[in-house]
Amino acid sequence: MLTNAHLLQLAIATPLVAALIIACGLPKRFSIRLAAIAFTVPALIALWLWSKFPAAGAQNYSFLSTTDTGLSAFGLSLKLGLNGIALPMFLLAAIVGLAAGLYALRSQAERLKLYLLLLLVMHGGLLGVFASVDVFFFYFFHELALIPTFIMVGIWGGRDRNYAAMKLTIYLTAGAMLSLTGLIAIYVKSGANSFDLITLRETLTADPLRVTTQKYIFGLLMFGFGILVSLWPLHTWAPLGYGAAPSSTAMLHAGVLKKFGLYGLVQIALPLLPAGAAEWAWKLALLAGFGNVLVVGFITMAQRDLKQMLGYSSVMHMGYCFLGIACLSTIGSGGVILLMVAHGLSVALLFLLATSVHHRTHTFDLAEMGGLAQKTPVLAALFLAGTMASIGLPGFANFWGELTIFVALWNFSPWITAVAVAGVVISAIYGLRAATRVFFGPPSEALQRVMAEHPPADLDWRERLPALILLAALFFFGFYPRALSEPVNQALTAPPTVVTAPASFHR
Amino acid sequence: MSTELLQAAAETNQWWAIGPEMILGCAALGLLVLEIVMPKDKRKLIPHVAMMTLLVVLAGVGLNFDTEWKDQELFGGLILLTDAGQVARVFFLLSSLLVCYFGTVCLPRARAPRVEFYHIVLVVTAALMLLAQSNHFVMFFVALETVTIGFYILVGYYRESTRSLEAGLKYLVLGALSSAIMLFGIVLIYGAVGKVGLEGGAHTGFEFSVVADFLRHHPDNFLATAGALLVLGGVAFKIGAFPFQIWIPDVYQGAPTPVTAFLAVSSKAAGFAVLLTLVHRVFAPLEGVLVPLLSLLAAATIIMGNLSALTQHNTKRLMGLSGVSHAGYLLLGVTASISVPWAAGAVWFYLFTYMLASMAVFGVMAHLAGADDADQELEHYERLARDRPFLGAVLAIGVGSLAGIPPLAGFMGKLLLFVAAFQAHLYWLLAVALGSVVVSIYYYFGWIKAAFFESWQPSGNATSPSVRPVPAAPSWVGVAVMATLALATVLLGFYQAPLTSWLLK
Repeated sequence: MLTNAHLLQLAIATPLVAALIIACGLPKRFSIRLAAIAFTVPALIALWLWSKFPAAGAQNYSFLSTTDTGLSAFGLSLKLGLNGIALPMFLLAAIVGLAAGLYALRSQAERLKLYLLLLLVMHGGLLGVFASVDVFFFYFFHELALIPTFIMVGIWGGRDRNYAAMKLTIYLTAGAMLSLTGLIAIYVKSGANSFDLITLRETLTADPLRVTTQKYIFGLLMFGFGILVSLWPLHTWAPLGYGAAPSSTAMLHAGVLKKFGLYGLVQIALPLLPAGAAEWAWKLALLAGFGNVLVVGFITMAQRDLKQMLGYSSVMHMGYCFLGIACLSTIGSGGVILLMVAHGLSVALLFLLATSVHHRTHTFDLAEMGGLAQKTPVLAALFLAGTMASIGLPGFANFWGELTIFVALWNFSPWITAVAVAGVVISAIYGLRAATRVFFGPPSEALQRVMAEHPPADLDWRERLPALILLAALFFFGFYPRALSEPVNQALTAPPTVVTAPASFHR
Repeated sequence: MSTELLQAAAETNQWWAIGPEMILGCAALGLLVLEIVMPKDKRKLIPHVAMMTLLVVLAGVGLNFDTEWKDQELFGGLILLTDAGQVARVFFLLSSLLVCYFGTVCLPRARAPRVEFYHIVLVVTAALMLLAQSNHFVMFFVALETVTIGFYILVGYYRESTRSLEAGLKYLVLGALSSAIMLFGIVLIYGAVGKVGLEGGAHTGFEFSVVADFLRHHPDNFLATAGALLVLGGVAFKIGAFPFQIWIPDVYQGAPTPVTAFLAVSSKAAGFAVLLTLVHRVFAPLEGVLVPLLSLLAAATIIMGNLSALTQHNTKRLMGLSGVSHAGYLLLGVTASISVPWAAGAVWFYLFTYMLASMAVFGVMAHLAGADDADQELEHYERLARDRPFLGAVLAIGVGSLAGIPPLAGFMGKLLLFVAAFQAHLYWLLAVALGSVVVSIYYYFGWIKAAFFESWQPSGNATSPSVRPVPAAPSWVGVAVMATLALATVLLGFYQAPLTSWLLK
């Protein structure tokens, strides 16, 4: 019988199997159709699972299934399932994957088959990350998604692609190695002889590690995951990589894959190492508050390249997520999940539209753009909506995430809250200024010449459909945040998944 | 000497127990006879005879994996068949099979004798298998020398290539030196342990169990400890551990590609099979000396291998120097296995994944090599993914697995070693290893980059300026072999049960 657990396995397997079939030499025409199916199926399954998500499952996980891969003697087996934290992320991965996939189907890329193949592998990996209950496979699927990124940047990237691909590879591998060390350390030190997150939680709740051990392991995870999420000052790969990456890759990486680290901190590090987290909270808050939000915020304001600006702005918004984690409270962690979903949707939308802008203006240089709104009103409207969402205007999902984090942050430290709120002003400045530069005012001479040669057309359906999917999700979660907050809240408050005793760490 | 003694000795001479080695030896001689007997146009079949023999022996060993002679001392204590020995047999047979196949791809390109290669490969394989089962220092040394002498010939096999001859000479001089060091060590141990009187002919100071017994009672005997260290030095030469790695780049580059593969995989694995035996059975009482020594050796080897591989442009040198760092990771596993017994299985797991990945890469190299076998530069890989997508894909999987990128088998191998190191509390060594993995990404990724990412070329200059050999199209056998290697590498990354159920009991 096909149970929901099987559906979850199917969602992860579909893109991977499709990639394998394409690799075996399927003709191009069929490859495109197969890819379209393989991008759609997980999204449908994710929506179905979301509608079926129960009020409370066994140990808070639903749709559990276990497959032995031959290392069960080490407590390592492919265990899949979703809890209230994983579900929103899984949904995010499925939606952004659908949008990025649909956008890629009709792209003009050379070697389109290879492009789709790599994108499918990446998508399968992403879905696997958030559905893994086994800590090892959580890491494993992340790497599965990461490798295609490097290759895609290297082959289809824009300017500086070789340098960007190499830098991305080295930074992210270093981050992944640090976090892997941290995860192995948890495995060895816990004595549970299991990578299963549920077992680890039960073991470590009953018998926590010594504070110094926790401190070291949390440090490893914080910096390891931090590199992957672009924690200041280890963020420099991000704008460069996103600037060079082809659009669907940038959408999937900035939108979903980057959230791996934050998700790992919320799902693994905080519940397993509460005392270690308490030791690091202030350092993390200072790094994120002053580094990611303020310093990177100012750098973003100075950007002239549209894609680089989006890259920097996503680094900046990750700062809010780190701040939410530093609060060490249920409400802060919940806000992080909300903001991750919202930011994933909005940044993917903006990367998609930035490429559409580039197709019409043949430049990413903000100083050379202008006046596009008259020629392409739909593009302008969607871009403005995306910018508003990214700033955090009410009505969009981002608003709830930021609001929740600010509320939690006030209990942590009013001063840091002030910094964070200042960040919102900064992001309004650069966001709105970029939108104005691109769409309003007179176009530069060079642009006029380009537009005379290639009169810009408004968005066609292959661009419009993925953009509308993302925007619809942003609106939906903006007006009905309970759809996300309820499962998150349930997962964060129910034992043994309690993040930390909320009262004890408020300062 | 009384007749009972002879009879007792004869009873342990279970010739069937070393059947695989004997078949290989006979087949090796048979190949030479065939060359004389067969008409000239049929001689192309001789390599196939060699491969069939290996395949049959492999099947035989596989079927009789749990033999009745397991864990018994045979031939008066010369040989001890163990589980690890059986695993080693399978490993060497598989690897030699692949080496012979690469021989059929590469050798016809050069003016070199066609049959002797397979003859020597079979003899060396038999010697490797005996080496992994030896239980006696004389047996150990004779088997090792048979292997080494076979390699002296193979490395210099392209007699008209100066590079190959140079490599052969370098390997000969340094190999002889290492053999001398090792022999000196054996003699010191013998001197310390052995009773020269031949009463009963048993206690000669050569049997592994006798040496271990002696060391257990006299762990601080200077002579025996010095001998042990010298023997380990000889083994370190075989695996290419620091500071005995200097021969590697030149020899790997000069040797014909199939021989490079043979050296990189079988010779290295033999070193580790021996090292595991020595560390666990013979020198186990010297734990206090071994752990710091091997840790230091592992760290230096990892760092040295990775740093020197960083600047390489010749792919054969690159494989050699990156192989040095793999030896370092394996040494880490050996060190861990002293206190965490299952790590020995992890070492074998790593060796198998290393064989699959390396052989996939060497397979690609065998098809890419031009007339000058030593001239295989990274630049020759330009446009490979476009011209020969299959070779490109195999290369990416092989190199990715060597780099330890999930979801490939090499990553699982590294993971097991690292978990073992963690359990053995080798924290600083682990830190070195993890840092080096990041460094190694640089050169491995550079290789993939050369094959997949096209560098910008002036548009008017359509033909590539450097003269590079045109990659040969693999035959259907080649496609099957390399596809199997690549597929096994991918599948073992996801599903390790076939190997782990066997190695990590």
